[in-house]
Amino acid sequence: MTGRAGKIILAAMLALGLAGEVSATDAGNWDAVVADAKGQTVYFNAWGGSEPINAYIRWAGGEMKSRYGVNVVHVKLDDTAKAVATVVAEKAAGKNDDGAVDLIWINGENFAAMKREGLLFGPGWATKLPNWRYVDHETKPTVLKDFTIPTEVLESPWGGAKLVFFHDSARTRKADLPDSAASLLKWAEANPGRFSYPQPPDFTGTSFLKQVLIELIGDRTRLLGPVDEATFAADVAPLFAYLDKLTPLLWRQGKAYPQNYPDMKQKLADGELDIIFAFNPAEASSAIANGELPDTVRSFVFSGGTLGNTHFLAIPYNATAKAGALVLADFLLSPEAQLRKQDPKIWGDPTVLSLAKLSAEDRSAFERLDLGIATLKPNELGPALEEPHPDWMTRIEAEWIRRYGAAN
Amino acid sequence: MGRPTRIKALQTGSRGLTTNTLLALILGLPILAGVAGIILPAFGYLPALGGSRVTLDHFAELAGQPHILRSALTGVVAGLATTCTVVAIVGTFLAGFAGTPIFSRIQHLVSPLLAVPHAAAAFALAFLVAPSGFVIRLVSPELTGFTRPPQWLVPNDPLALSMVAGLITKEAPFLFLIALAALSQLPLRQSRQLTAALGYGRLSGFLVSLWPALYRQMRLAVFAVLVYSVSVVDVAIILGPQLPATLPVRIAQWAADDDLRARFLASAAALLQLAVVLAAVVIWLLIERIGRFVLARLTYSGRRLRNDAVPRLISAFAMAACAALIFVGIAILGVWSIAGLWQFPDAWPAKLTPQAWLRTLPQLWPALRTTIALALSSASLALFLAVLLLHRNGRASGTGHRLLYLPLLLPEISFVFGLQILIVAAGLKPAFGSVLAVHFLFVLPYVLLSLAAPWRELDPRFERIAAGFGKSALQTLLTVRLPLLLRACLTAFAVGFSVSVSLYLPTLLIGAGRLTTIATEAVALSSGGDRRVIGIHALVQASLPFLVFLIASLAPQLLFRKRRAMRT
Repeated sequence: MTGRAGKIILAAMLALGLAGEVSATDAGNWDAVVADAKGQTVYFNAWGGSEPINAYIRWAGGEMKSRYGVNVVHVKLDDTAKAVATVVAEKAAGKNDDGAVDLIWINGENFAAMKREGLLFGPGWATKLPNWRYVDHETKPTVLKDFTIPTEVLESPWGGAKLVFFHDSARTRKADLPDSAASLLKWAEANPGRFSYPQPPDFTGTSFLKQVLIELIGDRTRLLGPVDEATFAADVAPLFAYLDKLTPLLWRQGKAYPQNYPDMKQKLADGELDIIFAFNPAEASSAIANGELPDTVRSFVFSGGTLGNTHFLAIPYNATAKAGALVLADFLLSPEAQLRKQDPKIWGDPTVLSLAKLSAEDRSAFERLDLGIATLKPNELGPALEEPHPDWMTRIEAEWIRRYGAAN
Repeated sequence: MGRPTRIKALQTGSRGLTTNTLLALILGLPILAGVAGIILPAFGYLPALGGSRVTLDHFAELAGQPHILRSALTGVVAGLATTCTVVAIVGTFLAGFAGTPIFSRIQHLVSPLLAVPHAAAAFALAFLVAPSGFVIRLVSPELTGFTRPPQWLVPNDPLALSMVAGLITKEAPFLFLIALAALSQLPLRQSRQLTAALGYGRLSGFLVSLWPALYRQMRLAVFAVLVYSVSVVDVAIILGPQLPATLPVRIAQWAADDDLRARFLASAAALLQLAVVLAAVVIWLLIERIGRFVLARLTYSGRRLRNDAVPRLISAFAMAACAALIFVGIAILGVWSIAGLWQFPDAWPAKLTPQAWLRTLPQLWPALRTTIALALSSASLALFLAVLLLHRNGRASGTGHRLLYLPLLLPEISFVFGLQILIVAAGLKPAFGSVLAVHFLFVLPYVLLSLAAPWRELDPRFERIAAGFGKSALQTLLTVRLPLLLRACLTAFAVGFSVSVSLYLPTLLIGAGRLTTIATEAVALSSGGDRRVIGIHALVQASLPFLVFLIASLAPQLLFRKRRAMRT
């Protein structure tokens, strides 16, 4: 048995030495990419926590099969970092070809980490995709900068996100709703125990901290670059002074926190929370459609702006089906796929395309979409505040855990 | 122990040795790779992430983590509290009721509970006891006046009481089932008659006569409960304290951190977790000593302790409560799976709809097939190997296969990461085979654990009689030992089956997510928090092992219809 195991390892090492055949993966030569993709299987690693999203990816897989002969397998993750971990383990083992991950749904810190460790397929393919011509990279700066980190077109935009608050109009009057972080604190004083945020390092929870930081920090340009150790304490002092006041007014007096956004959604339905928030403006409408929230739930934003960003698709450096991954990324960027994605009955995720660049027919289809009763119109969403550099997120999380990580 | 078959052990000794060496090589290699996958990064060695020099920095970083001591201590205390309570409940219940009609009733009630996945049971419990949970909804607002959920810190209380309660409800059935297998090899009726004739109460009679032998047999299982409770992740996330979370939860967070450098920290913390587990084991050994001392004093004192109705009733109530909690909880998850909008304080959903089932079921089939195939093959393989190992090693306590228990003792998350590197380095494609191999690695110790005790305690005279008739060792094994141990074998198989069904991390990481099982689907979807979908997956996931346990408990009765003594 050990002899055979030795042979297997030897054979594997030989196979690694003789790298895989050269394939057409230059997005500039699109016909060759499409030809090469035919028959490939793309392992698409994407968060699998939402049935509507999973259904959307299943639809895209079906279309890819019938149009391009590409098989799409949705590898459902509970956390994108697991896909990153797979690529890391492969690199650790010297497996620089034939990797298990072909396409990842990614943004923010996961992207920053993969870019830093050189785990991404390059050079810049995203702008060479045929459907790139529709992308709104002029008015949506987050399409080219992922949490201030230049994408260097190592990832292709897939959808937009914006921080939006939800409340139940049957319980909370519209006139009482806060319009800024400062007035949220006043609201919490009047309604103790009815607001909270997911416990960092949950993504939505940290986003709330960033929202408050952006509103309270004196000089917002500081957030565009990495943390400056010399001024960090002073920079975040207003944030933590705010949290010191807010914490005892939180749900369970800040001795426990919701796990994540869906947990907050459940708590809004259960009547434990009165104001929650999400990173997708259509979340409430789709939750109403699914019977998870009552149809009296409505959205609101801060007039001074809320956090906005873009999520992306990236290909690991050692992906097996690079051509198939390129074709899938392009398809997901098509007006057809983006329209379907923005439909709140299907997913409700804001498009990254510019309506001005679309054909008249596609444009009117987007304009005709019924965004749902609880979704704000694009012009009601208010200004978008840009994400701080990822460094801030890491440091704020650590600082938060140090200060509030042990309730007494 | 082991005297009667020493001759046989000597005869097969040399061959047994080679089998063991081979097994140690086949199984030990991946286990050691898993261990190396923790130790090397903990000391800074993980070239893929730029760590190529040995350093103690990561331990310093770990020591600098806020509240790390409290995280570690909470786990130890919760683990010890769980284990103490579970042993007390199961021990008292066995002592008070073994051999009575109420016993067999509760036995049938409790056995299927083993099939319920930990996470599902934890969710069920959380929804029962939370301030917006079912119990409060039932009596609100009529009795309590609550139109809004009260601000009680349950679950996730800082003392980890909800977590301990959740672990007890799940671990008591496990230990009970192990004890049941062991009990069938002990002279229960005779010793009951003897101690009763001497005037002992039921509890004290059992304690002085049978308990030491019974405990010896369940001891490994007790340690498994202890280690599991100290290092559990999913139950701790759902029910445990959050500020700070227990150490295993924090390790899981670091290992999944998008900042990849946190892996070094996670590995160092995994070594700390190993130390924490060892500390818990040492404390338990002390508790055992104290227990032995007290029992010896009790025995020598000759006290009969006839008034034991109260502790007996408490233990019966506790066992029944475990069963009831999980059954009611699962039933409510079932209601959730067909609920439309269900707001506080309504005791019943506003409307029922099969929508979630209709949407989910069709996609469950592939995952269901993979789950069953993995569980059937890994449990069968493990049972076969366990029988082989026990047969080779006979009654000599097999120190050779102690190594196989390592997967139970190591924090799963780092262990699996080490394995993943090994498998990728060996050039193996993530496929059914490699996932099966890893499942096998986790299933085998549980199967061995369930089977070893009854195997050793089987009355050797049966086999001596068979040998007297000139039967070969193999014939004796097939026609005498295995039929006598049929129930133990089936139980061990069912335990292995349910372990395989519930494995999440190994399936995900080794299968690179390409093999979808009910467990991977359930955890991915539970991150989305939809109680309907969680309910469906919990029901499906629980129903698989449930069926197997049902078969395991019914088969002996069907097969041995005409042999009354073999039916238990």
